[in-house]
Amino acid sequence: MSGFRYSLPEASHNAGQVDFAFAAVLSIALAIFITLLVLIIVFAVRYRRGAPASHAPLPKLLSREIEIGWTVATTFLAIFTFWWFVGGMGLPPRDAPNQLEIHVVAKQWMWKTQHPEGAREIDALHIPVNRQIRLVMTSQDVIHSFYVPAFRLKQDVLPVRSTELVFTPTELGTFHLFCAEYCGTQHSRMTGEITVMTAAGYRAWLHKQPHGDSLVREGENLFDKFGCGACHSTQSQVHAPKLDRVFGSVVVLQDGRQVRADEAYLKKSILDPRADIVAGYAPIMPAYGQYADAGDVEAIVAYLKTLPKQGGKP
Amino acid sequence: MSDTTFVPAPPLDYLHDGATLKSWLLTTDHKRIAILFGLSITFFFFIGAVAISIVRLELLTPAGDLVSDDTYNKMFTIHGIVMVWFFLIPSIPATFGNFLLPLMIGAKDLAFPRINLLSWYLYIGGAAFTVLTLILGGVDTGWTFYTPYSTMFSNSSVLTAAMGIFVVGFSSVLTGVNFIATTHMLRAPGMTWFRMPLFVWAMYATSLVMVLATPVLAMTLLLIMAERWFDLPIFDASRGGDPLLFQHLFWFYSHPAVYIMVLPAMGVASEILTCFARRRLFGYSFMVYALVAIAVIGFFVWGHHMFVSGQSAYANVVFSFLSFMVAVPSAIKVFNWTATLYRGSISFDAPMLYIFGFMGLFTIGGLTGLFLATVPIDIHVTDTYFVVAHFHYIMVGGSVSAFFGALHFWWPKITGKLYPERLARFAAITMFVGFNLTFFPQFVMGYLGMPRRYHVYPPEFQVYHVLSTCGAAVLGVAYILPLFYLIWSFRNGARASSNPWNAKGLEWQTPSPPPHENFLTPPIVEQPYDYQPADIAGGRDAR
Repeated sequence: MSGFRYSLPEASHNAGQVDFAFAAVLSIALAIFITLLVLIIVFAVRYRRGAPASHAPLPKLLSREIEIGWTVATTFLAIFTFWWFVGGMGLPPRDAPNQLEIHVVAKQWMWKTQHPEGAREIDALHIPVNRQIRLVMTSQDVIHSFYVPAFRLKQDVLPVRSTELVFTPTELGTFHLFCAEYCGTQHSRMTGEITVMTAAGYRAWLHKQPHGDSLVREGENLFDKFGCGACHSTQSQVHAPKLDRVFGSVVVLQDGRQVRADEAYLKKSILDPRADIVAGYAPIMPAYGQYADAGDVEAIVAYLKTLPKQGGKP
Repeated sequence: MSDTTFVPAPPLDYLHDGATLKSWLLTTDHKRIAILFGLSITFFFFIGAVAISIVRLELLTPAGDLVSDDTYNKMFTIHGIVMVWFFLIPSIPATFGNFLLPLMIGAKDLAFPRINLLSWYLYIGGAAFTVLTLILGGVDTGWTFYTPYSTMFSNSSVLTAAMGIFVVGFSSVLTGVNFIATTHMLRAPGMTWFRMPLFVWAMYATSLVMVLATPVLAMTLLLIMAERWFDLPIFDASRGGDPLLFQHLFWFYSHPAVYIMVLPAMGVASEILTCFARRRLFGYSFMVYALVAIAVIGFFVWGHHMFVSGQSAYANVVFSFLSFMVAVPSAIKVFNWTATLYRGSISFDAPMLYIFGFMGLFTIGGLTGLFLATVPIDIHVTDTYFVVAHFHYIMVGGSVSAFFGALHFWWPKITGKLYPERLARFAAITMFVGFNLTFFPQFVMGYLGMPRRYHVYPPEFQVYHVLSTCGAAVLGVAYILPLFYLIWSFRNGARASSNPWNAKGLEWQTPSPPPHENFLTPPIVEQPYDYQPADIAGGRDAR
């Protein structure tokens, strides 16, 4: 038996908070449990059959007051615990200025990660310490879950939709990455390693990586490859929505709904264009799900977010 | 005691009233149907147990060296499906509920005896699909059938498995309708709502949940079948569907289903505790309100299974709050049971030992629920062994302990025979020890990050898995023991009087085993749990 884990490093900004909440709830739970245990044992011994003890009934008024008393006390304790630990810690952290955005694509049964400069990894992720990281995650097939116990963080990764995880690693080292949502045959092998490095170490590591295209550049290439511009460019004769400044804009749909063109909307419009037809346009675009995988769609959306390019297409 | 001498009554008891196979398979007697259910769920209990034994053996080592990953996945799936739908949900209601509900309220049978028989045949129908699933090679989706895995990716027998659960669901709905109607219509004169034993209240609350929640499960399973069969994109996000819709529908049933499993156990605990403490139930009316409150609030907490699913942060906060609220009535019940012991005259026969076990383990299960209701903690421990340990403490530590408590407590009434007390106490204690050895290490490894449903795992968790597997072996012995001594008791046990525990419910006012018509003379209804301090004979000496 190699090794034996009895503790878990607190390697992110919120790990300490989670452990503190755990310790606090544990104290409350233990206080209740030990009180009950002592009472049960004392009663079981003192009032065992044949022991000389009073069997007189309790006054009705007293038992009613006890009953109301502990109902109110328990309710108060429950509300207090909720307010303290959920009210205070339930919401995600605010964006930091030098945030590092990393894209994650999950598929049966591997994790693919891509750094902004284009470096890619499989079942691994290198990140600098003490810098806020935003993981933008999507799945190519079923639901997976990105779980790093040392960070006390977990987030399901869904097909088509994007989910995010924002955190700041605070400790150097190598930590487990697990898939925590059952995803089929090799679910338990869908694991990886998170390596937290110094800022200088991260730069050096990035430098050594074979530099693929950045996500935006890759998206631009795909945009050309699929011929998106043939319809969507400003010069096109085809009547299709133009994409300059589309990200973040409010789009009016045929059925009168107004939606904000966020990442989820853009993705859905690539994979299932007929779901949300823009007002005034014909439903002529084919669904690109069969040509573009989840990583391609991520890249195209990353590219769309940068439009319009200076002096260029589309 | 004078009232315990057995006078042979002219009508035959229900066990001997007809000896042919046909007289059993076409019976409308609620007591015989209870026995049919009892035998069926015992069969499935052992199927579920064999499946999980393979899982626990595999987990002795970190590498996947005993079975293949697909086999492993199929084993934990079949364990979940069988234990939830073919053991736990029908366990106490369809056996003890069926047997006792009419007896406890002084009725001759359930309101719809033939529908009751239909419930059993539906169970067998669902069971047939489940056995077919096994023959066809099993199913690997986990008992939760999460989409799109179950609809678009799994290559196993999802359709037959879903069909089995779909069919068995109708069995619970019909049982629920039957119990509700019976409780409303067939109470004996004098049996007012607030004189009903807590077990009857528990059956009533459980039935409401069964009737209201199970149809949602049926629809959800139909949607799974529609997507798999006809390729309707209901949960396929790339074609406009939504995989999270499935989780909402599934947990809208499956969280209340937890209460289907545990409310009956609470009813059993109240019956046994009062009898062996010779004490009125502390806070009877609060116990009733707590049962109903749990059943109602239980419908509004499903989102706490989805804190990391991608649902909105605000939904998380709301579901967290409601989950804390459902803890309150559960806590009240434990306080009341504890207070019932005060100034009692407690004996430690096997049923009482099981209920002591139930109280301790249910309390641990409930308190660890607080951790899971706390969103930041849940984000860390959900889908780890912490959750596995939590729900086993509720469902096995709580419900199964109560099931065995009930089995021993009402065994003399059901069979007319006494069971061997020393062996039974030994089994009860073994079960408690084995249970804790199995599941307590899972809390620890869960908090340390061990994900659930893992066929291979990092070696640093091996110690905990080895402890857990050893515990499972002890637990296995504790489950097999009663099988043997109860069969022995049924054949060779000493005859039981009509009321060997000197207990107060109406079911003890009729011979053991009861005649087909239940009561020879109309039972006399008194205040519930009217145990007198001086009235402490009972237990072994009174037999």
